[in-house]
Amino acid sequence: MQYRTETKRVKGLGTAKHGFGHWWMQRLSAVLMIPLGIWFVVSLMTMESLSPDALMQWLHNPIPALLMALWTITVVYHASLGLQVIIEDYVHGKAMALTLLTLIKFAMFAMVVATFFSLFKLVS
Amino acid sequence: MNTSNRPLSPHIQVYKMPLSAKLSIFHRLTGLGLSFGAVVLVFWLFSLAYLSETAVALHAFFSSGFGKVILIAFTFAFFYHFCNGIRHLFWDVGKGFELEQVNRSGVIVIIVALVLTAITWVVGG
Repeated sequence: MQYRTETKRVKGLGTAKHGFGHWWMQRLSAVLMIPLGIWFVVSLMTMESLSPDALMQWLHNPIPALLMALWTITVVYHASLGLQVIIEDYVHGKAMALTLLTLIKFAMFAMVVATFFSLFKLVS
Repeated sequence: MNTSNRPLSPHIQVYKMPLSAKLSIFHRLTGLGLSFGAVVLVFWLFSLAYLSETAVALHAFFSSGFGKVILIAFTFAFFYHFCNGIRHLFWDVGKGFELEQVNRSGVIVIIVALVLTAITWVVGG
Protein backbone atom coordinates (compact mmCIF):
# COMPACT_ATOMS: atom_id res chain seq x y z
CA MET A 1 0.00 0.00 0.00
CA GLN A 2 1.24 3.40 -0.98
CA TYR A 3 0.92 6.07 1.72
CA ARG A 4 3.16 8.69 0.11
CA THR A 5 1.56 11.15 -2.24
CA GLU A 6 2.85 11.61 -5.77
CA THR A 7 4.34 14.99 -4.83
CA LYS A 8 6.17 13.48 -1.88
CA ARG A 9 7.51 10.78 -4.16
CA VAL A 10 8.76 13.27 -6.70
CA LYS A 11 10.28 15.68 -4.19
CA GLY A 12 13.86 14.97 -3.21
CA LEU A 13 14.42 12.37 -5.89
CA GLY A 14 17.49 12.29 -8.07
CA THR A 15 20.97 11.01 -7.38
CA ALA A 16 21.95 13.75 -4.95
CA LYS A 17 18.53 13.87 -3.20
CA HIS A 18 18.80 17.54 -2.41
CA GLY A 19 19.50 19.39 -5.64
CA PHE A 20 16.38 21.53 -5.52
CA GLY A 21 17.45 23.29 -2.32
CA HIS A 22 20.71 24.38 -3.94
CA TRP A 23 18.96 25.57 -7.08
CA TRP A 24 16.31 27.45 -5.12
CA MET A 25 18.75 29.20 -2.75
CA GLN A 26 20.84 30.26 -5.74
CA ARG A 27 17.74 31.96 -7.17
CA LEU A 28 16.65 33.46 -3.84
CA SER A 29 20.09 34.97 -3.25
CA ALA A 30 20.11 36.23 -6.84
CA VAL A 31 16.78 38.02 -6.38
CA LEU A 32 17.97 39.52 -3.08
CA MET A 33 21.11 40.83 -4.79
CA ILE A 34 19.13 42.81 -7.39
CA PRO A 35 18.19 45.67 -5.01
CA LEU A 36 21.31 45.22 -2.84
CA GLY A 37 23.64 45.31 -5.86
CA ILE A 38 22.04 48.49 -7.15
CA TRP A 39 22.34 50.02 -3.66
CA PHE A 40 26.03 49.03 -3.46
CA VAL A 41 27.04 50.44 -6.85
CA VAL A 42 24.97 53.62 -6.52
CA SER A 43 26.34 54.24 -3.01
CA LEU A 44 29.96 53.93 -4.11
CA MET A 45 29.55 55.95 -7.31
CA THR A 46 27.79 58.84 -5.54
CA MET A 47 30.27 59.10 -2.67
CA GLU A 48 32.56 62.13 -2.72
CA SER A 49 35.58 60.04 -1.84
CA LEU A 50 36.33 56.36 -1.42
CA SER A 51 39.19 57.00 0.97
CA PRO A 52 39.36 54.79 4.08
CA ASP A 53 38.26 57.74 6.26
CA ALA A 54 35.20 58.47 4.13
CA LEU A 55 34.23 54.78 3.98
CA MET A 56 34.68 54.30 7.73
CA GLN A 57 32.50 57.32 8.38
CA TRP A 58 29.85 55.97 5.99
CA LEU A 59 29.85 52.47 7.51
CA HIS A 60 29.63 53.96 11.00
CA ASN A 61 25.93 54.54 10.26
CA PRO A 62 23.83 51.50 11.12
CA ILE A 63 21.74 51.39 7.91
CA PRO A 64 24.67 51.31 5.45
CA ALA A 65 26.50 48.89 7.76
CA LEU A 66 23.48 46.60 7.90
CA LEU A 67 22.92 46.71 4.14
CA MET A 68 26.64 46.12 3.58
CA ALA A 69 26.50 43.06 5.85
CA LEU A 70 23.46 41.72 3.99
CA TRP A 71 25.04 42.43 0.59
CA THR A 72 28.44 40.92 1.40
CA ILE A 73 27.03 37.80 2.99
CA THR A 74 24.59 37.23 0.12
CA VAL A 75 27.43 37.69 -2.37
CA VAL A 76 29.68 35.23 -0.53
CA TYR A 77 26.87 32.70 -0.22
CA HIS A 78 25.83 33.02 -3.88
CA ALA A 79 29.49 32.74 -4.95
CA SER A 80 29.96 29.55 -2.93
CA LEU A 81 26.85 28.03 -4.55
CA GLY A 82 28.07 29.00 -8.01
CA LEU A 83 31.61 27.74 -7.44
CA GLN A 84 30.14 24.46 -6.19
CA VAL A 85 28.36 23.96 -9.52
CA ILE A 86 31.52 24.80 -11.48
CA ILE A 87 33.52 22.25 -9.46
CA GLU A 88 30.82 19.59 -9.80
CA ASP A 89 30.78 20.14 -13.57
CA TYR A 90 34.50 20.34 -14.35
CA VAL A 91 36.48 18.61 -11.58
CA HIS A 92 36.15 14.91 -12.23
CA GLY A 93 38.51 13.46 -9.61
CA LYS A 94 36.42 12.66 -6.54
CA ALA A 95 39.11 13.43 -3.97
CA MET A 96 39.99 16.71 -5.68
CA ALA A 97 36.36 17.75 -6.03
CA LEU A 98 35.60 16.96 -2.38
CA THR A 99 38.69 18.86 -1.22
CA LEU A 100 37.76 21.93 -3.26
CA LEU A 101 34.12 21.82 -2.15
CA THR A 102 35.22 21.63 1.49
CA LEU A 103 37.70 24.48 1.09
CA ILE A 104 35.01 26.65 -0.49
CA LYS A 105 32.63 25.97 2.39
CA PHE A 106 35.36 26.81 4.93
CA ALA A 107 36.26 29.96 3.03
CA MET A 108 32.60 30.97 2.94
CA PHE A 109 32.23 30.57 6.72
CA ALA A 110 35.47 32.46 7.35
CA MET A 111 34.38 35.32 5.09
CA VAL A 112 30.96 35.58 6.74
CA VAL A 113 32.62 35.77 10.17
CA ALA A 114 35.18 38.32 8.92
CA THR A 115 32.36 40.46 7.49
CA PHE A 116 30.45 40.48 10.79
CA PHE A 117 33.56 41.20 12.85
CA SER A 118 34.56 44.05 10.55
CA LEU A 119 31.15 45.69 10.34
CA PHE A 120 30.51 45.37 14.10
CA LYS A 121 33.72 47.26 14.70
CA LEU A 122 33.02 49.89 12.05
CA VAL A 123 29.48 50.55 13.27
CA SER A 124 30.29 50.75 16.98
CA MET B 1 32.28 -2.67 -32.57
CA ASN B 2 34.63 0.25 -32.21
CA THR B 3 32.68 3.41 -31.54
CA SER B 4 35.51 5.64 -30.30
CA ASN B 5 36.39 7.08 -33.72
CA ARG B 6 32.95 8.34 -34.49
CA PRO B 7 32.68 12.09 -34.94
CA LEU B 8 31.42 14.04 -31.98
CA SER B 9 28.44 16.23 -32.42
CA PRO B 10 28.71 19.14 -32.15
CA HIS B 11 32.30 18.82 -33.39
CA ILE B 12 33.99 21.22 -31.03
CA GLN B 13 36.76 22.35 -33.40
CA VAL B 14 34.46 23.40 -36.22
CA TYR B 15 31.27 24.12 -34.31
CA LYS B 16 30.24 27.74 -34.38
CA MET B 17 28.68 28.33 -31.00
CA PRO B 18 25.44 30.31 -31.03
CA LEU B 19 25.36 33.60 -29.12
CA SER B 20 23.44 32.11 -26.20
CA ALA B 21 26.10 29.43 -25.69
CA LYS B 22 28.88 32.02 -25.64
CA LEU B 23 26.89 34.16 -23.21
CA SER B 24 26.30 31.14 -21.00
CA ILE B 25 30.04 30.46 -20.77
CA PHE B 26 30.67 34.14 -20.13
CA HIS B 27 28.13 34.04 -17.29
CA ARG B 28 30.19 31.34 -15.60
CA LEU B 29 33.49 33.13 -16.28
CA THR B 30 32.21 36.40 -14.84
CA GLY B 31 30.77 34.48 -11.88
CA LEU B 32 34.19 32.96 -11.26
CA GLY B 33 35.84 36.38 -11.52
CA LEU B 34 33.25 37.99 -9.26
CA SER B 35 33.90 35.27 -6.66
CA PHE B 36 37.44 36.62 -6.40
CA GLY B 37 35.82 40.03 -6.19
CA ALA B 38 33.87 38.78 -3.16
CA VAL B 39 37.17 37.92 -1.46
CA VAL B 40 38.44 41.42 -2.26
CA LEU B 41 35.20 42.91 -0.91
CA VAL B 42 35.51 41.09 2.42
CA PHE B 43 39.22 41.86 2.68
CA TRP B 44 38.46 45.52 1.96
CA LEU B 45 35.90 45.67 4.82
CA PHE B 46 38.31 43.82 7.11
CA SER B 47 41.10 46.27 6.29
CA LEU B 48 38.81 49.25 7.01
CA ALA B 49 38.12 47.81 10.46
CA TYR B 50 41.45 46.32 11.48
CA LEU B 51 44.28 47.08 9.04
CA SER B 52 44.33 50.83 8.49
CA GLU B 53 47.67 50.81 6.62
CA THR B 54 46.41 48.11 4.26
CA ALA B 55 43.22 50.11 3.71
CA VAL B 56 45.29 53.13 2.67
CA ALA B 57 47.39 50.93 0.35
CA LEU B 58 44.25 49.39 -1.19
CA HIS B 59 42.80 52.84 -1.82
CA ALA B 60 46.07 53.95 -3.43
CA PHE B 61 46.19 50.85 -5.63
CA PHE B 62 42.59 51.12 -6.82
CA SER B 63 43.06 54.84 -7.51
CA SER B 64 45.98 54.10 -9.85
CA GLY B 65 45.50 53.57 -13.59
CA PHE B 66 46.03 49.82 -13.38
CA GLY B 67 43.73 49.58 -10.35
CA LYS B 68 41.03 51.47 -12.22
CA VAL B 69 41.27 49.14 -15.23
CA ILE B 70 40.70 46.22 -12.85
CA LEU B 71 37.73 48.00 -11.25
CA ILE B 72 36.21 48.81 -14.64
CA ALA B 73 36.56 45.14 -15.64
CA PHE B 74 34.90 44.15 -12.38
CA THR B 75 32.11 46.68 -12.98
CA PHE B 76 31.42 45.20 -16.40
CA ALA B 77 31.60 41.62 -15.07
CA PHE B 78 29.17 42.61 -12.33
CA PHE B 79 26.66 44.28 -14.65
CA TYR B 80 26.91 41.47 -17.18
CA HIS B 81 26.31 38.80 -14.54
CA PHE B 82 23.55 40.98 -13.05
CA CYS B 83 21.69 41.47 -16.37
CA ASN B 84 22.22 37.93 -17.62
CA GLY B 85 21.16 36.63 -14.20
CA ILE B 86 17.87 38.49 -14.57
CA ARG B 87 17.58 36.91 -18.05
CA HIS B 88 18.00 33.52 -16.38
CA LEU B 89 15.35 34.37 -13.79
CA PHE B 90 12.90 35.09 -16.62
CA TRP B 91 13.69 31.68 -18.10
CA ASP B 92 13.19 30.12 -14.68
CA VAL B 93 9.58 31.31 -14.66
CA GLY B 94 9.18 30.06 -18.22
CA LYS B 95 9.33 33.34 -20.13
CA GLY B 96 11.42 34.30 -23.17
CA PHE B 97 12.27 30.81 -24.40
CA GLU B 98 11.55 31.38 -28.11
CA LEU B 99 14.76 31.34 -30.17
CA GLU B 100 14.16 34.86 -31.42
CA GLN B 101 13.55 36.13 -27.86
CA VAL B 102 16.67 34.35 -26.56
CA ASN B 103 18.84 35.98 -29.21
CA ARG B 104 17.28 39.39 -28.67
CA SER B 105 17.61 39.27 -24.87
CA GLY B 106 21.24 38.15 -25.29
CA VAL B 107 22.07 41.25 -27.34
CA ILE B 108 20.11 43.45 -24.91
CA VAL B 109 22.10 42.05 -21.96
CA ILE B 110 25.43 42.94 -23.58
CA ILE B 111 24.30 46.45 -24.52
CA VAL B 112 22.74 47.21 -21.12
CA ALA B 113 25.81 45.89 -19.28
CA LEU B 114 28.07 48.14 -21.37
CA VAL B 115 25.82 51.17 -20.89
CA LEU B 116 25.56 50.66 -17.11
CA THR B 117 29.34 50.25 -16.86
CA ALA B 118 29.82 53.49 -18.81
CA ILE B 119 27.26 55.36 -16.68
CA THR B 120 28.88 54.13 -13.46
CA TRP B 121 32.30 55.40 -14.48
CA VAL B 122 31.18 58.62 -16.15
CA VAL B 123 29.04 59.63 -13.16
CA GLY B 124 31.09 58.05 -10.41
CA GLY B 125 34.63 57.91 -11.85
